[in-house]
This record gives sequence, C-alpha cells and structure tokens, in this order.
Amino acid sequence: MSTVFPEDSVGLVTPQLARFDEPLALACGRSLASYELIYETYGTLNSTATNGVLICHALSGHHHAAGYHSPDDRKPGWWDSCIGPGKPIDTNRFFVVSLNNLGGCNGSTGPSSVNPVIGKPYGADFPVLTVEDWVHSQARLADRLGIEQWAAVVGGSLGGMQALQWTITYPDRVRHCVDIASAPKLSAQNIAFNEVARQAILTDPEFHGGSFQDRGVIPKRGLMLARMVGHITYLSDDSMGEKFGRELKSDQLNYDFHSVEFQVESYLRYQGEEFSGRFDANTYLLMTKALDYFDPAAAHGGDLAATLAQVKADFCLMSFSTDWRFSPARSREIVNALMAARKNVCYLEIDAPHGHDAFLIPTPRYTQGFSNYMNRIAI
Amino acid sequence: MRADLEIIHEWIPAGSRVLDLGCGSGELLASLRDRKQVTGYGLEIDADNIAACIDKGVNVIEQDLDKGLGNFASDSFDVVVMTQALQAVEYPDRILDEMLRVGRQCIITFPNFGHWRCRWYLASKGRMPVSDFMPYTWYNTPNIHFCTFEDFEALCHERRAKVLDRLAVDRLHRNGWGGRLWPNLLGEIGIYRVSSPALQEHQVAI
Repeated sequence: MSTVFPEDSVGLVTPQLARFDEPLALACGRSLASYELIYETYGTLNSTATNGVLICHALSGHHHAAGYHSPDDRKPGWWDSCIGPGKPIDTNRFFVVSLNNLGGCNGSTGPSSVNPVIGKPYGADFPVLTVEDWVHSQARLADRLGIEQWAAVVGGSLGGMQALQWTITYPDRVRHCVDIASAPKLSAQNIAFNEVARQAILTDPEFHGGSFQDRGVIPKRGLMLARMVGHITYLSDDSMGEKFGRELKSDQLNYDFHSVEFQVESYLRYQGEEFSGRFDANTYLLMTKALDYFDPAAAHGGDLAATLAQVKADFCLMSFSTDWRFSPARSREIVNALMAARKNVCYLEIDAPHGHDAFLIPTPRYTQGFSNYMNRIAI
Repeated sequence: MRADLEIIHEWIPAGSRVLDLGCGSGELLASLRDRKQVTGYGLEIDADNIAACIDKGVNVIEQDLDKGLGNFASDSFDVVVMTQALQAVEYPDRILDEMLRVGRQCIITFPNFGHWRCRWYLASKGRMPVSDFMPYTWYNTPNIHFCTFEDFEALCHERRAKVLDRLAVDRLHRNGWGGRLWPNLLGEIGIYRVSSPALQEHQVAI
C-alpha cells in the first residue's frame, strides 16, 4: 500500500454484512421476514465486550463513518473528525460499530433492495419505519456482535434521536448516551420542511408512485429539490453569507430565470445534483417520516421526564449556537427532562457558526468536550 | 478544597439534592458526591470549568444564571448553592428569589464591600478599591453588584427570607474573633444559609 493515511485515522476499513432471518415486527403493524444490515467496525472489542460504541447516523448518513475504503479515496467516512485513535471516540479504547439503517440505500435492506417474495425492488411497498424500529434492528446487530451493553450510543440529529430512543427502549443495554444537535421531537416547522422535501419527490413525474426503479428512471428533480431545501436548513444564515454572500458566477446579471447567477444557487444545485445521483428517493421519504414520527414522550402524555423515568444511562448533550434546525432550546428540553427525572447529564452549548452541520465539523471546543466525556466512560 | 467550600460542605446534609450555581470546576459537587452521597447539578458558562467538571464526572449544565432558573421546578432541590457569584450576576435580587423558589435552602457566599479595607481604600484614596483579593478596576470588573453584609441582609429581610446561619470569614476563610465581633467591618467573605417558606408558595418570574 503506497498511500499513507493520517496517523489519527482508522485507516482502511471493509464493510461487513449481517443477515437476519428472524422476522422483525415493526411499529406500522407489518413485519420484515428477513433483512440485511451493512456495518463497519473500528477498534477492537475487549474480552468482556464492555467497550462497544454504537454510531447512529442522521438523515442521509450511512455505515461508512470513519477511515477509507481504498487508498484512492479522496475523503474519509462522514464522521472521521470524531472517530479514530486519539479522537473523541477513541478507537484505541472503544470498539466502534457504525451501520446503515434499515430502509437505507447504502447496502442495508431498503426500498431499493429486491423483495425476495416478488423478485422486484420493494419501492414504495417498503414499510414505513420508526426510530424505535431501527433501535430494535440495531439491538439484533449488537446481539450478533456479542455486545450485551453498549458503553455508549452516540448520534447527531436523527442519530441523536436513535441514541435517546435506545436509552428508553433498552435501558439495561446503554451506559452512556451522547446526543448531539438533536431534539425530543420535531416542531411544526421541522415537519413542514420535511413535507416540502417529500412533495418535491412525490410530484416528480419520474417518481411513478415509488416504483421508478421498475421503469429504469429516478425522480432526479424531486430529490434534487428535496436536498436543496434540506441543505438550506443545515446551514446558518451567517455561514451561507460568509461562504457565498451575494457573489455572482459572472460579472453581470442576465435578467432571465434560467441562468445560474449567484454562487449560492450554483452551490445548492451542485449539492442537489450530487445527492440525486447517490440517494434513493424512497429512502429519503422513509427517513423524513421517521423524523416526523419520533416523539417518545407521546406514550406518556407528552411528559418527557416521565418517559425518561426508567432510563439508566448517563447523558451528554451538545448543541450549537447557530443551529436553527435543532436549536439549543430543543436540546435543553431533553436536558431539563433528564434533570427532572434525576438522571446524570452534562450539557454543552457550543458557539459555532456552521448551523446544524456543526456536529460534523471539528470545532475545538466541541471535540474537546466530546473527548472529555468519552474519556471518562469506564470500559 | 477552597476553605469556603469546606464550610459549605459541612452545612449540606448527606444525601441532599444540590444545585450549584456557577459551580466552577465542580470541586464542591465532586466532593459532596464522594463524601456525602449528594446528587445534583452544577450550572456554569466558562468552557474550561465545564471541561473540568466533565473530567470529574460532575453533572454540569451550560447555563447562564442571568437567564434565570425557569427550567427548574419550585422546591426541586434540597439546597441551592451560589459561591462568589452574587456580585457578578445582572439581577442579584431576582436570582435570590429564584434560588429561594427552587431550593428549600440556599447557601450564598459573596465578598463584603463593607470590610474595613474597602472602606479605608475608598475613604483615603477616593477611588474604587483594588486589591489582590479584588483585582479588577471599576470598568472591567465582572463584579458589577458589590454589596455589604448589611445590604444583603436587608434584601433577605425585604424578601422575607430567613437567615439560618451566617459566617463572616477573612480571605483565608478563617472565622476569627473579628468576623464574629463586627462582621460587616471585619469580615471579608460572608457565607449565608437562608430559607424562605413564604416565597416557595408562588412562582417568581425572572
């Protein structure tokens, strides 16, 4: 191997596939007879299996969180800034498991997988999943890996929701929950943005009620729009202003509606274009629904503190000052409920300019606080 | 441990639920947890202090005291502690109200601006006192609400808060004869334990 990876990288990693043939009952009332989960691991599981850390991904994330798939890879996994030797999730100490969620489109069973019963892709027939369904599927992966109890379950955004759900659904199986830039449930505004994204996909003529794969097309335009509107909500006004301002691509205005004139337009189109080539439209719909439905306190009349009463994990929550998608106030709702339920919790409100995306960016205070917390976890 | 914290340590019953406002590096909470099975949370805004708390395994919450304690239910803590922060908050009277609402008892420490050294400095030089103990000048000091023991007790009286204990100590936190004899003149730091059954009945907005 000629390429030298950075010293604090987990280096070359190979995804693995776990197949489950025991039916998984889902919240929607249906069940999946069998399914596969693709995952990666970094670090080594200790002999007592007490150093496992589960990474839960966000809306468009996947199993490849750290390291490289080949020496030629331009970029490492999506959370490489936080996972590796000496990094906040230190692979010298922890055995890190990162999977692509059920319903995903990066190798785990999802709408674009072939339904063995009919020999065609599931498409729109793939069941709608909830965060709790994911947690159940992840628990089976933990069983498979011989991990009875996670040292920590960690996630940002939708990943943080899974981490929180873990502590509620399997209180004995999580010692620490690190919940970053997340919320106890979506606000009406959050759901509204998701609905715009869904309508963009659903009304794309190429969507064909979700069975676009059978016709050999993809609802590219819809996916692109969905990603564009989503992307706006991941950035802050300031970070967009700083990155693009009102910069033009050329020196002059064209006085038409078709040209890409402002840099920010060009950027969004590029993001949308790139995304539409790699992401499945049905998975996008499914992920946004899982977000919308997440509301663990609903089962307790909206009382989050009562919902968390039986939780045994210790918590670390972090939020970012310019995040308006899941603002610090949303994290504080969880923190306040945890304090009312008398749980151990630390909370950091990090000053960062990047909006919701800040959880992916190694701001020094963020990575330092993250490291401080992870380092104190006994294994 | 800082000597005033040692004194406070003595005043907090074992097994209490404690809220520490401006908990610093978490020294008091860590010690109370280890020696007295105390549970609770510390509120802090300084990044290095927060990191130190996390290292100690202390429950630290990044929260600005000037925004109030609206996220805590009334009577939800046995003791609310605030050491050396009263003079630095924007509304000392409101934070006192909030402390009395949230805690059954409050322990508050603050520097006494009525100490003879302050009086002498002001009287002889005609300028705001600056010392090793209070090293800031008037325009850059975080201590924006200095008061004397008399002032504080007047506020407690006004709010019908009961002073259960009072200790006037010097800068080394020794409770010498001076502090006992003439606290407002000879005590440098006041350590107060107050409670107010009357205030706990209603919510105080901040």
